[in-house]
Amino acid sequence: MLRKVGVPLLAVVVFLALWELLVWANGWPNFKMASPSDLPPAFWQYKELFLVMGWQTLWRTVVGLVLAVIFGTLLGMIIGFSRIARDALYPLLVGFNAVPKATLVPVISLIFIGQHDFNTVLMAFMISFFPIAVSVGIGLSTLEPEYRDILRALGASRMSIFRKIALPKTLPEFFGALKVSATLAFIGTNLVEIVSPHGRGLGALFKSGETNGDYPLMFAVLIALAFLGIVLYYAVIFLERIFAGWAEREGG
Amino acid sequence: MRPVFKKAETIENLIEIKGVKHTYTTASGPLPVLDGLDVSVPAGTFAAVVGPSGCGKSTLTRLVAGLMKPDEGEVWLHGERVRGPRNTVGMAFQNPVLLEWRTILENVILPLEIVAPRMSRADRTSRAMDLLEMVGLAGFEGKRPSELSGGMKQRASLCRSLVHKPEVLILDEPFGALDAFTREDLWQTMRDLRRAEPFTAVLITHDLRESVFLGDQVIVLSGRPARTQYVMDVDLPEDRDLDVLYTPKVAGMLGILREQIKIAQGREPGRESGRPVEAH
Repeated sequence: MLRKVGVPLLAVVVFLALWELLVWANGWPNFKMASPSDLPPAFWQYKELFLVMGWQTLWRTVVGLVLAVIFGTLLGMIIGFSRIARDALYPLLVGFNAVPKATLVPVISLIFIGQHDFNTVLMAFMISFFPIAVSVGIGLSTLEPEYRDILRALGASRMSIFRKIALPKTLPEFFGALKVSATLAFIGTNLVEIVSPHGRGLGALFKSGETNGDYPLMFAVLIALAFLGIVLYYAVIFLERIFAGWAEREGG
Repeated sequence: MRPVFKKAETIENLIEIKGVKHTYTTASGPLPVLDGLDVSVPAGTFAAVVGPSGCGKSTLTRLVAGLMKPDEGEVWLHGERVRGPRNTVGMAFQNPVLLEWRTILENVILPLEIVAPRMSRADRTSRAMDLLEMVGLAGFEGKRPSELSGGMKQRASLCRSLVHKPEVLILDEPFGALDAFTREDLWQTMRDLRRAEPFTAVLITHDLRESVFLGDQVIVLSGRPARTQYVMDVDLPEDRDLDVLYTPKVAGMLGILREQIKIAQGREPGRESGRPVEAH
């Protein structure tokens, strides 16, 4: 237990020390690069903004991610069970995924003018459903026929085969994808918050730091974002332990 | 009590396959797999099916299980035409396909969740535990499949195929991937299970000794497309011991079967196995 918490914590401390050293050794001023020792004052000065805007970023990311899970799972089921749907949808999906999402920010903010929460959630969703859809699709389409046959031979319905075999068997792949998607969703949220300024979320705080030349604030926002990303990532790990803990090999 | 090791002609045929033909459509054109397959398995007996690789033996199991329909011909089970899957069938494959997210006990119980949804948890557990004990897995019920050896997994898989007391047990090379000693152990387990709970079985195998040890009849299929090429009634004592495999009588039977396999493979029958012995 001590090792589990101590080692990552120590790594963070070492990282901060190296960063501090780098800035100090080069004699960089604050407007070039902030050092870790500049961050606590920045956090303290804007502590209320960090809480309010951090929450705005977090909830919009999580809502977008939840939508991505629902939509991605449904889409994955469709491409996993139907060959025709797979052949039809894959090029579209890959093409859509290849479009840099930053280019879509002006598009959606024009379509839904002023709907900032909606736009942000939409972007978090759009950027993060792809890995989930693909992993569920692949998990279902590569299910060995024998797994299906042990229940199909008993006359089990498609639904119970899905519930008892296909779904649990796909869970490890699903959670693997969810870890990627969770961090992607943050990128989506911040894209909208920074590219389409509307004064909400950590992205807006970053933007105001930039406008005012407040470099410590900008770096503090980056750290806050990293922190939120880590929190969400470990929330996913926690869920994975509960629902797909069996997939973990001991001593691995 | 159903009669168990009785002779074929005295009992109704539980499984009846008549003139079955089947052709798969593949990317490189039609692939006929079965052409004139006739199999009769009397109730309570064990039919071992042997034949060259890729001759359509697994297709045969899927037909009996109702997982697919033949292009031509008929498959009957218990006097009824097979039109789809039915819950009186149990299946075990070469791959034990145990579910890693379930314990061994939960794996064995799985068919009961489909076949007998109203059965109480306690009844399910005690039924599964009885079987696990019979195959020597008592004490392993709480383990995950990955914690078991190949032979133990296959034992658990056999329990799962039998837990809902199926009339028909379909075994598609269940011992094929095991080492020789483990395989012989499992033959004996299979024999004991059969003594404890009567069922009618179709066993697909590549092992002629296995077919003679477990089978009441051995059916040799020709090469693809497969038809029934030869049927041997195994005239051996009901309670067979592994020693029986080393008797001259069985040696003679194995000789005949080997010849038949060579014919099925399209080779000239060899001469090295000595004078064929009549099986009856």
